[in-house]
Amino acid sequence: MLNIHDINVYYGPIHAIKGVSFDVNEGEIVSLIGANGAGKSTILKTISGLLRTKTGGIDFLGQSLNATAPHKIVHMGVAHIPEGRRIFQRMSVEENLQMGAFTQPNSSIAASLEHVYELFPRLKERRRQIAGTLSGGEQQMLAMSRGLMSKPKLMMLDEPSMGLAPILVQQVFNIIKTLHDAGTTILLVEQNAHMALSIADRAYVMETGKIILTGTGEELANSDEVRKAYLVG
Amino acid sequence: MSVFSTIFTQLMNGLQTGSVYALVALGYSMVYGIILLLNFAHGDIIMVGAYTAWLFMVNFGQSPWVAVIAAIAACTVLGVVIEKVAYTPLRKAPRLSLLITAIGISFLLENLAQLIFGAGARPVPTIIDVAPVTIGSVSISGTAIVTIIVSVVSMILLNLLIKKSKMGKAMRAVSEDTGAAQLMGISLNKTITFTFAVGSALAGIGSVLYCAAYPQASPTMGAMLGLKAFVAAVLGGIGSIPGAMIGGFAIGLAEAGASALGLSVWKDAVVFAILIVVLVVKPTGLLGRNLQEKV
Ligand SMILES: Nc1ncnc2c1ncn2[C@@H]1O[C@H](COP(=O)(O)OP(=O)(O)O)[C@@H](O)[C@H]1O
Ligand SMILES: [Mg+2]
Repeated sequence: MLNIHDINVYYGPIHAIKGVSFDVNEGEIVSLIGANGAGKSTILKTISGLLRTKTGGIDFLGQSLNATAPHKIVHMGVAHIPEGRRIFQRMSVEENLQMGAFTQPNSSIAASLEHVYELFPRLKERRRQIAGTLSGGEQQMLAMSRGLMSKPKLMMLDEPSMGLAPILVQQVFNIIKTLHDAGTTILLVEQNAHMALSIADRAYVMETGKIILTGTGEELANSDEVRKAYLVG
Repeated sequence: MSVFSTIFTQLMNGLQTGSVYALVALGYSMVYGIILLLNFAHGDIIMVGAYTAWLFMVNFGQSPWVAVIAAIAACTVLGVVIEKVAYTPLRKAPRLSLLITAIGISFLLENLAQLIFGAGARPVPTIIDVAPVTIGSVSISGTAIVTIIVSVVSMILLNLLIKKSKMGKAMRAVSEDTGAAQLMGISLNKTITFTFAVGSALAGIGSVLYCAAYPQASPTMGAMLGLKAFVAAVLGGIGSIPGAMIGGFAIGLAEAGASALGLSVWKDAVVFAILIVVLVVKPTGLLGRNLQEKV
């Protein structure tokens, strides 16, 4: 479904991604783990077109994304739930969800809203509230629902558990599983390696701009290298 | 004239010029909200609108209605063309380059107008021909009434557009978080173009209303008007749409207040004194938010 081959991404002179290749197959949950600064967010931003690769390429459903405008990539079925949620703080909860459905015909928005409110009754209660006043957990729910509103084929989540209490982290992962069961392919970026590996079909470990390990979620969770580096404590 | 009627007359004057400042200030604020550019060519769009109105009425012998529509259309198209030709190629350039380009476009427009139409002012025929309204001892000019009504209606429509329409919501999303807006599937190019079109159309409306009050077109007429509208936008909080409206009316009323006190020769100074006070006391303006760097 998503094929990334030998991409190199730069921030000015900084070589942030150094020859990374990986795949996400339809129906999978693929996790990308690694320490802060490894380049995980940079990869997601490159997939969604906010950044560009200098060499190599990204294909989605057989089409190259290398020069595709970010909004067109959303139209093609890729949702990117960015790091730090980036909800529209000054808009209401429901307006945020409507923005998520920007690519969808107006006639289908009501049904999508119903669907999202069923998954997140909390958001329905707060739909008129200004999004900036939601708690961190609620904002994450909103960010995920907003991504869902575009009816994505591939959903990319960047550290959805960041800054959340353990019980909410569990909830976030349950929702990811629910979305996956409903047919959405998932690319999950996490520093919380334990959780990310436990739900992944396959995973990649990144370090300073490169992929250094790959395997099934279970293999990596049991590998000495990963345990030492990421699963201590 | 009684004190009351003097105050009332000046109040109407203030609201009339304030309406025009508000319409023009909206364009500054909307563009700033979207691409963080102080579009100093915005004032000169008004001048182009005035010449268009003059051209259609005097040279082509058209009715004021046709001239008004032509002027608004010319401003809208010009705003979009400037954005496409001058600003789009600089989307990734430092903001200073963009600002310098805007100032360059401003000079370009003023000098082109001088080249084509000459340095002298061209008299614009009557645009708004409405009889004055007399209430008791005071009389209000028809132009003032029409100006205020047209401006208020334009602003209400703008509010609806921004609150309810899909493009309006896209504008708000881009101005809040450009990256996140793109991740929603919003086209940055389309949204920016739309913003310039709406802002320039409002300037076009402001232009004909201004000509209705001061019936002439000259190459530099947009410079001072644009600068005052810019002060209005800063006073209201640049980037804030309600702020631009409030700021526009406040500047208009401040000028009228200065005139009422017999300081009419000082009214430009009053406006810039307000700018200095705002920048010292509350640089974010009345309704402005803390300016955050966009990601
Ligand atoms: N806007 C930027 N400008 C310059 N360098 C950046 C920028 N964003 C990230 N980087 C650098 O790129 C590298 C990868 O960052 P990032 O993708 O955010 O890592 P991760 O998401 O894995 O924590 C880091 O070294 C970071 O400092
Ligand atoms: Mg990151």
